[in-house]
Amino acid sequence: MHIPDGFINGGTSAGAGVVAVAALGVSVRRTAEILDEKQVPLAGVVSAFIFAVQMLNFPVAGGTSGHLLGGVLAAVLVGPYMGSLCVAVVLVVQALLFADGGLSALGLNVINMALVTAFGGYLLYLGLRRVLPRTPSGVVLASGIAAGLGVILASFAFTFEYAIGGTGGAAVGTVGGAMIGVHALIGIGEGVITGLTVSSVLAVRPDLVYGARDLVPGLRLGAGAVPATVGR
Amino acid sequence: MKPRITLGIFIAAALAVAMVLAFFVSPQASSQPDGLNKVAIDQGFSDNEKTHALDSGPTAGYAVTGVGNDRLATGLAGLIGVTVTFAVAGGLFLVVRQTRRPHEAVGHGAP
Repeated sequence: MHIPDGFINGGTSAGAGVVAVAALGVSVRRTAEILDEKQVPLAGVVSAFIFAVQMLNFPVAGGTSGHLLGGVLAAVLVGPYMGSLCVAVVLVVQALLFADGGLSALGLNVINMALVTAFGGYLLYLGLRRVLPRTPSGVVLASGIAAGLGVILASFAFTFEYAIGGTGGAAVGTVGGAMIGVHALIGIGEGVITGLTVSSVLAVRPDLVYGARDLVPGLRLGAGAVPATVGR
Repeated sequence: MKPRITLGIFIAAALAVAMVLAFFVSPQASSQPDGLNKVAIDQGFSDNEKTHALDSGPTAGYAVTGVGNDRLATGLAGLIGVTVTFAVAGGLFLVVRQTRRPHEAVGHGAP
């Protein structure tokens, strides 16, 4: 879902850049308040893992492929503020080193793949946690479903951006329908990968899963300043 | 629900998994257009794509320039990406942590 230069006009891209920088600034400030020393390598490895899995394009219907976005995965593992920064780092590295995602479109890509997924998707996760059992399986299921829906949210965000400043004159409704249709399929892959990864971390280090802090009393890592919003 | 491995082992294992995926699995990834590119082709705006300003970089397009074997070129680009991403993210969070003033750190200690 990396937007190259040229799909969205310059003004819209620049505006998105301002929004992205402002939102990431909030993430940096909130992260500084809660960051625990042990979370530095953890956040590094979350970022590196998402980079690796983003390379793994899997085929979906009709000669199309998709890959993990990772925002919900990151948010469940390290929280939405740190998680959005983890994915933003991936996007910056991809744009600068691998020419993946346009430089002028970096703000748009940060909004769609880091912010919408880590915050919007994580809100969905919190909602799902309320209706699913308070068990490790409930955490895995909520992560997977929220991750899949997060991809659809990201495709809504692209459609919104295309409506404001899209080039080429395609009908916004048609673009939106096509984007949401194909990303509903890609979302299934996102959900499976996210669920499997969260499940693996829960199996060996449940205390490292930010979104499952309510299941691990007394083992909170750097969560002293974080209001526990799950299950209360 | 108890930790089974140390944090150090967890980090090393997760990094190893990322490197294996990036080096061995990424060359097998689908090369079909992704969801957005497919929509752009179908809806007729894919031609508006401009060449990436860094398109001639040594690892542009997830392939290390000068490596004859395509799979190896992609795998090596993956390893470079995992390493750089880990370093940049770790560095960023180290800096973010150091921006916290000492009195704030005390204030946010034990609940």
